[in-house]
Amino acid sequence: MAKTESTLRNMVLSLTLIALVAATALGFVYEVTKKPIEISKLNKKLIAIKAVVPPFDNNPDNEMFRLAGDNGDSLEIYPAKSGGTIVGYAVRTYTVNGFSGYIGIMAGFSPDGTIINTNVLEHKETPGLGTKMTEDVFKTQFNGKDPSSFAMKVKKDGGQVDAITAATITSRAFCEAVDRAYKTLKKGGLI
Amino acid sequence: MSNLKIFTKGFFKENPILVLLLGTCPTLATTSSAINGLGMGIATTFVLTSSNVAISLLAKFIPDKVRIPSYIVVIASFVTIVDLIMQAYVPDLYETLGIFIPLIVVNCIVLARAEAFASKNRLLPSLLDGAGMGLGFTMALGILGSIREILGNGSIFNYKLIKGDAILVFILAPGAFIALGYLIALINKIRKA
Amino acid sequence: MEYLLIIISAILVNNIVLAQFLGVCPFLGVSNKISTSVGMTGAVTFVMVLASIVTYLIYTYLLIPLGIGFMQTITYILVIASLVQLVEIILKKVSQALYQALGIFLPLITTNCAVLGVTLLVIKKHFNLLEGVVYSFATALGFGLALILLAGIREQLDMAEVPKGMKGAPISLLVAGILALAFMGFSGIVK
Repeated sequence: MAKTESTLRNMVLSLTLIALVAATALGFVYEVTKKPIEISKLNKKLIAIKAVVPPFDNNPDNEMFRLAGDNGDSLEIYPAKSGGTIVGYAVRTYTVNGFSGYIGIMAGFSPDGTIINTNVLEHKETPGLGTKMTEDVFKTQFNGKDPSSFAMKVKKDGGQVDAITAATITSRAFCEAVDRAYKTLKKGGLI
Repeated sequence: MSNLKIFTKGFFKENPILVLLLGTCPTLATTSSAINGLGMGIATTFVLTSSNVAISLLAKFIPDKVRIPSYIVVIASFVTIVDLIMQAYVPDLYETLGIFIPLIVVNCIVLARAEAFASKNRLLPSLLDGAGMGLGFTMALGILGSIREILGNGSIFNYKLIKGDAILVFILAPGAFIALGYLIALINKIRKA
Repeated sequence: MEYLLIIISAILVNNIVLAQFLGVCPFLGVSNKISTSVGMTGAVTFVMVLASIVTYLIYTYLLIPLGIGFMQTITYILVIASLVQLVEIILKKVSQALYQALGIFLPLITTNCAVLGVTLLVIKKHFNLLEGVVYSFATALGFGLALILLAGIREQLDMAEVPKGMKGAPISLLVAGILALAFMGFSGIVK
C-alpha cells in the first residue's frame, strides 16, 4: 500500500483519528486506575496516621475535621478513637520555612497534649542534611513531650530542641510545624 | 542488520545515554539512588517499546507533514498511561520521580527512535529496537544510580555498606554532573581502546 | 516582595539546569559559543513565558472544569509544539540572521524538557497566573545564565589542553558540576 499523501483532508483526518483513539484509550486507563489511585492515596494517609497515634478502631479519615489556626489557615485533624473514646489526634501540619520551603508533617497528640510521634509526609530538604529530620535520632526527642512545658525551639534560639547538625533551618521549621499543630489543637479546645 | 543486533546495539554500541548523549535530564535527575534510576529506566523502556510498536504500525497511514505531531500524541498517550499506572500501584516511586514521569514525553530518545527507526521499519524490529534502547537506557541509569548511591550515601539498593555519612555531594546536583562526566569519559576510553 | 523571592529562587537557588536538571540537552549542546547561547536564551524565554500562560489558561479553564486533568501532559506538549512552530514562522519573517543562527535549535525547544517542565511546575506549585508568568520568565533567565556561563568557560576551554578521553561531553559535564557546586552556595537565601 502506498503512503498516505499529505493533502489537507488526509492530514486533518489522520490527526483527528489519532487524537480520538488516544483520548479514548486514556479515558479508559483513567477509569481503571482511578480507584487504585484513590486507595493508594488513602492508604498512605492511614499509614501516616497510624504511625503517630495509638491503635484505633475507627476510620479517622471519615471523621476528619478542620480547625482554624492562628494566621487564617486551617489544619486537618484526624481523631483516633478506640471503643468510642478519643485516644489521640493526628494533625496534618506544615511549615513553609524549611530550607527549601514547604514541609508537610503528620503530628500525633494524645488528649492530654503530649506529642506521641511525628511523621514527615512531604519535603524538599537537602538529602543527607535536612532529610535527617525524618530519622528517629532527631524526631524521637519530641515524643512524650508536652509543648506547654517543653520549649519548642532549637537550643540556639533558647529552646530545648537539639537541632540537626548543619541543618538548623530545617530543625527550626520542623519545630514551627509541630508547634503550629499544638497551638491549633489548644485553640480548638481539644487538649 | 540481524534482529539480535538491533536488540543489543542499545546496550553498548549505541547506548542512548553513554554514547549518543540523549536524555541527559532524567539521567541526572533520577539517579540519586539505584532504585530510582532503575524505576525511571523501566518507565521509559515501556514508553519507548510501546510507542515504537504503535508508530511502526501507524507510520504508513500518517501523512508526512503531520508526522511529528502524530508521533508526539502517540508518545504522550503512553506516557500518561505509565503516569496513571505508577500513581496507582507504585505511589512512593511515583512521588520521588515527580515531574520526570510526564517529562518522558520530551525525552529525546523516544522521539528520535520513532522518527529514525520505527517509522521506517516493521513491527518486530521496531519492538526490539525500542526494548533494546530502553534496556540500554535503564542499564546506564542503574549504573549511574549505583555509583552515586555508593559514593554519596554509602549504600546500595538501600542496603547500608558503611556507617555514618559518605561523600554527600554525589547525591546532590553537582555530583550528578561530575559522576556522569567521568562515566562518559571512561566509556570513551574503552570505545577507543 | 513575593515576586522578588520567586525571581531570586528561580534564577539562583533552584536554577532550572544546575539544580533541577531540566534543559540539560541544549545546555550541553548549544553552549559552545556565547553568541548562540544568548540567542537560544531569547528563544527559550519567549516560548517558556508564552507556553506557561497558554497552558495555565487551558488547565484552569478547560481541563479542570471538564474533569480531565489527566490529559495535562498530552495537551501541554501539543501547545508547546504549536507555539514553537509559531515562533519559528515569526522569527523567519522578522529576523533572518537570528533565524539562521537558531534555525536548527528552534525545533529542539519542543523537546526541551525545561519548557514542559516549567509549565508543569507552575501548576504543581499552585501559582496564580501572574506568579506563573514571573516564575517562568525568571526560570528562563536562570536557564540563560547557566547557558552563558558555561559557554564562556567552554570558549576558554577550547584553548586548554584537555585529556583525550575527557574532550567534549565529559569535560562540559565536569564544568557544569563545578558550576552547580557554586550555585549550591545560594541555597538557603530564599526560604
